[in-house]
Amino acid sequence: MSVDIEKTGGGPEDAPPPATVPEAIRAIPVRHYGRYLAALVAIAILASIVYAFGQGKIQWGTVPEYFFDDRILTGVGKTLLLTVLSMLIGVVGGITLAVMRLSKNPVTSSIAWFYIWFFRGTPVLVQLFIWFNLGLVFEYINLGPIYKDYWSSFMTPLLTALLGLGLNEAAYMAEICRAGLMSVDEGQTEASHALGMSHSKTLRRIVIPQAMRVIVPPTGNEFINMLKTTSLVAAVQFNELFRYAQDIGQQSGAPVEMYFTAAAWYLVMTSVLSVGQFYIERYYARGTSRQLPSTPWQKVKANMLSFSNRSGAVGA
Amino acid sequence: MTENAMVKAEGVHKSFGNVEVLKGIDLEVRKGEVFCLIGPSGSGKSTFLRCINHLEKVNAGRLYVDGELVGYRQQGDKLYELRDREVALKRRDIGMVFQRFNLFPHMTALENVMEAPVQVKKQSKAQSRERAKELLDRVGLADKSGNYPSQLSGGQQQRVAIARALAMDPKLMLFDEPTSALDPELVGDVLDVMRDLAESGMTMVVVTHEMGFAREVGDSLVFMDEGVVVESGHPRDVLTNPQHDRTKSFLSKVL
Repeated sequence: MSVDIEKTGGGPEDAPPPATVPEAIRAIPVRHYGRYLAALVAIAILASIVYAFGQGKIQWGTVPEYFFDDRILTGVGKTLLLTVLSMLIGVVGGITLAVMRLSKNPVTSSIAWFYIWFFRGTPVLVQLFIWFNLGLVFEYINLGPIYKDYWSSFMTPLLTALLGLGLNEAAYMAEICRAGLMSVDEGQTEASHALGMSHSKTLRRIVIPQAMRVIVPPTGNEFINMLKTTSLVAAVQFNELFRYAQDIGQQSGAPVEMYFTAAAWYLVMTSVLSVGQFYIERYYARGTSRQLPSTPWQKVKANMLSFSNRSGAVGA
Repeated sequence: MTENAMVKAEGVHKSFGNVEVLKGIDLEVRKGEVFCLIGPSGSGKSTFLRCINHLEKVNAGRLYVDGELVGYRQQGDKLYELRDREVALKRRDIGMVFQRFNLFPHMTALENVMEAPVQVKKQSKAQSRERAKELLDRVGLADKSGNYPSQLSGGQQQRVAIARALAMDPKLMLFDEPTSALDPELVGDVLDVMRDLAESGMTMVVVTHEMGFAREVGDSLVFMDEGVVVESGHPRDVLTNPQHDRTKSFLSKVL
């Protein structure tokens, strides 16, 4: 039964509004002295850390010198390529596994469960080595008339890296996607079915777009994780940023400096990814909140405006 | 008589686990009539409504829509479960309006109404857009077509939901307590739309607590309690002159 909610309170509050509108309040905002103090402490600590590193036995000059080295740039490109391709495998595989896992079909849901159990339960590095050495089990790869070759020449470092990272990622993405799919209200599925839409249409048109809101933030996290995890594939002979940095370090005699160069590049790339994530999240938030979160530029503009009336002067 | 029936239930039973929610429902909804289902919560009226478009599976008895068995196919003396695709095909002709609206929040009002015609009936986008605009106009929301559900009031959302169901040109409309989640002042707009729809000759099965609507617009009324039909007849007769004690005590509380 619906409860009757009284919207208009009776009594004296109901009196007609006064004829003149009162002057808008322009008070002096509360001063937060604690914030100034905290900022000072933080700056002091930061300065001492920078000083400690600055006077250490590290030749900082080599970092900018090699920053745009051809080999480093090639490494950056390969790291990005590997990240994007592995995440592609991970996301597509993850959605497929999540749908299989939630399916009413006991066979597909068991397969998905087993897959996730295996790939989530073993370390990526171990999986990479297993893919690399699978030639011990399969001497040839034989796809009938289409393709036939020795396993060792088929399993290139790139393919090893892709399979190792991508298939492992799919297991993690499956759990993220499953959480997303389950977060969508059951009424949405019912409404879609009631309109005569099939299971797959319902999933594609109604459920997944809404699940994306829940899926995107942890996926951004996974993307950033993946970018860093690619540094492991140096172990299976795939050359990417970290591997190139190590090589240069050994040749030039400045190995630690090259680690800093690599670290700086990883930071640049993860920062760019975070910005991308913000805009993707904003896109999938449409329709769910009345007002989209403002972009950094909009925030800057809003702050500039509020600064201009901080003086708090009363009257004109 | 059967030829004239849009919905026909013969001894319909439905259980959830050990709980028997419907204990043998027999009723008939004639084509073109407004059929109201009333009763206390937990009486099984919503469950029965959901059985009509097979959102719930019937456990025993037979349920027919427009002469065809719901959810099963009878060959000889054997019943075969319908495939999902076949169930979906039958649902195209049955519109449903939910208590909680269930609009698709990631689509505008217009896109909500266009979705099923484009995706299910494969109508062209241009054609569906025209029709969706007409329908939104019909429910009084022509100016809200670009708004997302979260930007609409409950009453407006429910009217979009009605337009969305009508876009599939159903022969039967099911309403599951369409005004129960609304602020009292918004109920009227939704009931007006339903009244218009009834006047246009649509067959409607309405689970409702709006006795005024039932009396004014309804052609038949059934009072359900604890999974059985307690009393049925013309709304005026049942509401003003109930025969059973259970009906009397229910009506004395809600009227």
